[in-house]
Amino acid sequence: MWDFLIPLFAATVQSGTPILYATLGEMMTEKGGVLNLGVEGMMAVSALAAFWASYVTGSPWLGFLAGGCAGMVMASLHAFVCVSCLGNQVVSGLALTILGGGLTHFLGVPYVGLAAPGFDPFNFPLLSQIPVLGDIFFKHDMLVYVSFVIPVLFWFFFKRTSLGLHVAATGEMPAAAAAAGLKPIRLRYFAVIAGGFLVGLGGAYLSLAYTHLWTNGLSGGRGWIAVALVIFAFWRPGRAVAGAYLFGGVMAFQLRLQAAGTHLPSSLLLMLPYLLTILVLILSAWRGRRIDAPAALGTNIEPEG
Amino acid sequence: MLKIRKRDEPWKWGALVVFLGALLFSLVLSALLLKGQGKDAMYGMTVLWQGSFGNVWSLEDVLLKAIPLFLCSLGVAVAFRMQIWNIGAEGQFALGAIGATWMALAFPDLPRFVLLPLMFIMAFILGGIWALIPAVLKLKLRVNEIISTLMLNYIAILLLDYLVFGVWKDPASFGFPMTPEFTAGAIIPGIAGSRVHWGIVFCVVVGIGLWAFMRFTRLGFELKASGEGARVARYAKIRYGMLVLLVMALSGGFAGWAGCVETSAILNRLQPSLMVGYGYTAIVVAWLARLEPLNIAFASFLLAALRVGVENMQLKLQIPAAFGTIMEGIILLTVLAGQFFLTYKLVRKPRQE
Repeated sequence: MWDFLIPLFAATVQSGTPILYATLGEMMTEKGGVLNLGVEGMMAVSALAAFWASYVTGSPWLGFLAGGCAGMVMASLHAFVCVSCLGNQVVSGLALTILGGGLTHFLGVPYVGLAAPGFDPFNFPLLSQIPVLGDIFFKHDMLVYVSFVIPVLFWFFFKRTSLGLHVAATGEMPAAAAAAGLKPIRLRYFAVIAGGFLVGLGGAYLSLAYTHLWTNGLSGGRGWIAVALVIFAFWRPGRAVAGAYLFGGVMAFQLRLQAAGTHLPSSLLLMLPYLLTILVLILSAWRGRRIDAPAALGTNIEPEG
Repeated sequence: MLKIRKRDEPWKWGALVVFLGALLFSLVLSALLLKGQGKDAMYGMTVLWQGSFGNVWSLEDVLLKAIPLFLCSLGVAVAFRMQIWNIGAEGQFALGAIGATWMALAFPDLPRFVLLPLMFIMAFILGGIWALIPAVLKLKLRVNEIISTLMLNYIAILLLDYLVFGVWKDPASFGFPMTPEFTAGAIIPGIAGSRVHWGIVFCVVVGIGLWAFMRFTRLGFELKASGEGARVARYAKIRYGMLVLLVMALSGGFAGWAGCVETSAILNRLQPSLMVGYGYTAIVVAWLARLEPLNIAFASFLLAALRVGVENMQLKLQIPAAFGTIMEGIILLTVLAGQFFLTYKLVRKPRQE
């Protein structure tokens, strides 16, 4: 029993990690009042950017950074269209996903099948010695350990720093924030672009740690799952962790079932994460906690005059 | 210093200028992208143009691709009109294809005038049901339809895979995932021996039908009014929930029809290569056309031309088909940004200090 469960839980943490980065990124964006449905495309582009940078420089850390920066670049397009030009946030996000998917397939051609230096798992000193928990949480790659810290930072940022409080204020009532002397437009730019950086890190994880090979379609719907998880998590980082690992668990379980050669056709198994996403949305809607959404989410700030 | 000012009167040709500007901008950017990849950009653009409009063969191809795009976009636009974000045309398209194939495989010996209508009806029903699932979830549980329609796309494609790899697989296909070829009765014929098939006439009928429905019926009026928001609708004593169901069923049904036409007339069987992203391009088309049926016809034609042109580039410049998707993304983003100037203008701020 444990021989099956411990590797499964360990795999859960690994496949939940990119989703966790992306979910926190989208949560950051939405906290500022902007809905960004481009996560799927941003993850794809940043996975490629991370792979490329790591391939060229030989440094996976530079790759990780490049992934984050690619996410920021994509996010700034969204910010420009929605925050400055008052474009429709839903459609702009979709456009970003369309663009990102295209760019990744187009620019990724020369790298398909190549390998780049990535992050390898290692036993975290001391902590990996803990029975069971050590096996599950502390025998991964460096990026998993980084992802343990980020939800805490995220929480700290929104609860304890003035910048975080200001960002949340523009997500709730931009007009009131402006009246209080804040700069809602700048704060929204910040939320979208910082969120894009986190989403980009999630994309980078896919090509640097999840696989070290470049293949097309790495994001495989994870971006959309992240968008759904933000709702499921009621815009709270702690619940985002739970949600991301839930999906990581289903993905890992589904892979294991396939590898074990069950009689179920693989296409039906592959449906599991997508069915679960719908189920998760139903569950969070059923709990009826809409109030937790930033009040100004999805609405643009109209300029006066 | 520039200042933003709301326009007193709408900018007359604004929408067209923004649209053409976006087209031009995306052409320039993609030329640069080609250059960055070490290709001859000018040659690339010529190839793109020739591929789309160069000869009769390519024009026929454009029309063929415009048909499924038009039907999907019509569906997407009806839903968007009511501010229901149906992103699920891709999945509803797949379900339509599955419905049509189901009939074609179940009754191969029926004459065409019975079998084809059966296929269209089943395509509409299955596509419609696929869209009603998120509609019901939205109404009953306030589940966000953007994500549920999207997830259903992935599920639909996997369902299609499951069918063509499994129960519907042609035993004579040497292991390829595809159904047996349809019988003659299940295939939409070409018009007067050309490659363009009767689906195009079907499109015209559906387009005019929808336009008349929106314009002359009470339901159509209510639909437009509900686009102003659920609250306005309630004031106007409109049964908002019923309308949402109706609109989503229509929306999914149209996409289902597109799937039926494509399977029957183009592929003559069900196979995974059916899914080339018409459902996603439809979102671009609907938005470019500002959700108007006539504009949708025009925009479908243009984006179909882009696809055909890119196929030509694929052949002659050895670039992936994704190049077209990049252009679609750029066009959509630029139009979104440009629409700012339809309501606002920039004026020089008088120096006060």
